[in-house]
Amino acid sequence: MCEIKVITGTSAAAEAAKLADVDVIAAYPITPQTTCVEKLAEFVSNGELDAEYIKVESEHSAMSACIGSSAAGARTFTATSSQGLALMHEVLFSAAGMRVPIVMMNANRALSSPINIWNDQQDSLAERDSGWIQIYAEDNQEVLDSVIQAFKIAENENVLLPVMVNLDGFILTHTVEPVTLPKQENVLEFIGTYEPKHAYLDPKKPITQGALGDPNYYMETKYAIEMAMKNAEKVIVDVHDEFKEKFKRGYGNGLIECYNLEKAETVIVAMGSICGTIKDVIDAKKKEGKEIGLLKIRCFRPLPIEMIKDALKNAKNIAVLDKSISLGMNKGIVYVDVVSSLKNKKTVNYIVGLGGRDITFEDILEIYTDVETSEDGKTIWLGLKE
Amino acid sequence: MAGMQFPRDELFAPGHRGCAGCGAAIVARLALKAAGKNTIAANATGCLEVMTTPYPETAWRVPWIHVGFENAAAVASGIEGAVAALKRKRQKYGSEKVNVIAFGGDGGTADIGFQALSGAMERGHDMVYIMYDNEAYMNTGAQRSGSTPFMASTTTSPAGSHIRGENRPKKDMPMIMAAHGIPYIATASISYPEDFMNKVKKACEIDGPAFIQIMQPCTTGWGYPAENTIEIGRLAVETGLWPLFEIENGEFKLNYRPLKRKSIDEYLKMQKRYRHLTPADISKIQEAIDLKCQEYGL
Repeated sequence: MCEIKVITGTSAAAEAAKLADVDVIAAYPITPQTTCVEKLAEFVSNGELDAEYIKVESEHSAMSACIGSSAAGARTFTATSSQGLALMHEVLFSAAGMRVPIVMMNANRALSSPINIWNDQQDSLAERDSGWIQIYAEDNQEVLDSVIQAFKIAENENVLLPVMVNLDGFILTHTVEPVTLPKQENVLEFIGTYEPKHAYLDPKKPITQGALGDPNYYMETKYAIEMAMKNAEKVIVDVHDEFKEKFKRGYGNGLIECYNLEKAETVIVAMGSICGTIKDVIDAKKKEGKEIGLLKIRCFRPLPIEMIKDALKNAKNIAVLDKSISLGMNKGIVYVDVVSSLKNKKTVNYIVGLGGRDITFEDILEIYTDVETSEDGKTIWLGLKE
Repeated sequence: MAGMQFPRDELFAPGHRGCAGCGAAIVARLALKAAGKNTIAANATGCLEVMTTPYPETAWRVPWIHVGFENAAAVASGIEGAVAALKRKRQKYGSEKVNVIAFGGDGGTADIGFQALSGAMERGHDMVYIMYDNEAYMNTGAQRSGSTPFMASTTTSPAGSHIRGENRPKKDMPMIMAAHGIPYIATASISYPEDFMNKVKKACEIDGPAFIQIMQPCTTGWGYPAENTIEIGRLAVETGLWPLFEIENGEFKLNYRPLKRKSIDEYLKMQKRYRHLTPADISKIQEAIDLKCQEYGL
């Protein structure tokens, strides 16, 4: 029932959008996302995908067109990265506020300046508070599976929020891996056809979308998004369970993935492709009889904080890896969010890989050793040159 | 202009929060009458959006959406794409043509929304873009825009002892749109409702992008009593300041020729934004109009 292709992460995202039979794509090319929108253009051009492809003049217009399209009831997809995501910033908040279930692939890349096209996660983490659900993928298979799941999550009536599927720029976007592609009929059976019941622009049933919300109404709209995020936690788990049942693949419980956490006193918390390297280190140390663990955060918004607390209950030394930095705070964004809910735990923050600097097997080994002896609350910029 | 039957249906409801004598409300009302029920409207942030949709009220009896200040044309692009895809793939939106109309003020069109507009026009979306032009940022209290005329006093181009109001001429949007090679461009005035409605109808029927720039006097920003809106709009046309024309598939056509062009004095004297003008200033403006009218064959 499946086909295996050796493809890049961006191709995996494009294949997933095709499998989901999206109606509208509005996109602007940006490195390292470009090959995703090129692939989609090819699908539409070849007639492999019946969709309107709007070749917008900027990412701001890409997201604006996606909002118009999704509000008009069409299953809508776009992809971006870094500066492009930043250019969308204003309209990202509009998309969430207007409750349009757009799915977007974001190739994680550093923000200027200096201009840098390589990977870190500052771009999407800076959009943490926009009301978008954020999923981070570890490998190309997870990219494909996450995009498929994202449509089902976003379009759920108890959620109706846009979803951003993040993959590390170049590390995943440009690396080819074998990816199993399910059959489209099975994917569509899983997601269903998008039939908006809440609201869409129909001349037969006119509604006003994006009205002025004065102080009497604004706060409630934000609270409604918070409640939808809360609902999303369960929906993400359910969708993940259903996906696992149907396609025989899974990623923890959909929100977090625990790797060798039970016996481990030293644990790394991380997101994205680096989790693969961490797992290798864990496996190597296990052979030496040492138990160390990984808590992979797959879903950063909503952040399943209770699950994270529970997963870390036995941990004594917690290293939080951040490919981001909140300047003026000297802490990574993941660290700030995770540690704010942990009490009586020793946590150390490692700022790693900004702007695409390599994070090696040896670096991870060093972190595991360092966190055992480092003092609580410390921030270490790993490998910073003098 | 041939006489036409005005549809009785009001798709733009009375009871909005516009000022008495507001020209933007007239634009929306006439445009919807001409376009009819099978229309989806996208609106840029601005007077028209704010005054018509204070939640939970709305003045729009057609589906309407507002996202931001600068993106009405991009939002409309997405709507047009969605309607096309859903018609084809899922038999939604029926067999009738759905008109997609974007409304933007001069700031949301000629300034901040210019890039999105240019993109949408260049891509050839089947939409009508209506720029309601009140020649400054009137929603926020009359700050100058790229569409503010020469020597008009605004809060950010105030007439002072050293500078005589706006020091640059108005941006020529119809000609910029013409350079995009789109099938239909027109100017209009709220004081010539039949002409405007005919143009909206035509713009909806044409396959591809259409752009209409309609002058819409603003009582508060221009500084005149509410009952003068229509008269001021008419004077702009009668003086040749605001010629009514169409550019259809590259063919320029003048729609109205005043028997004798009036001088600009009266138009300027009716408005506070021009009260600092000296006779010499007025002559300068008149000269500019005369030159422009020569170009247009007026």
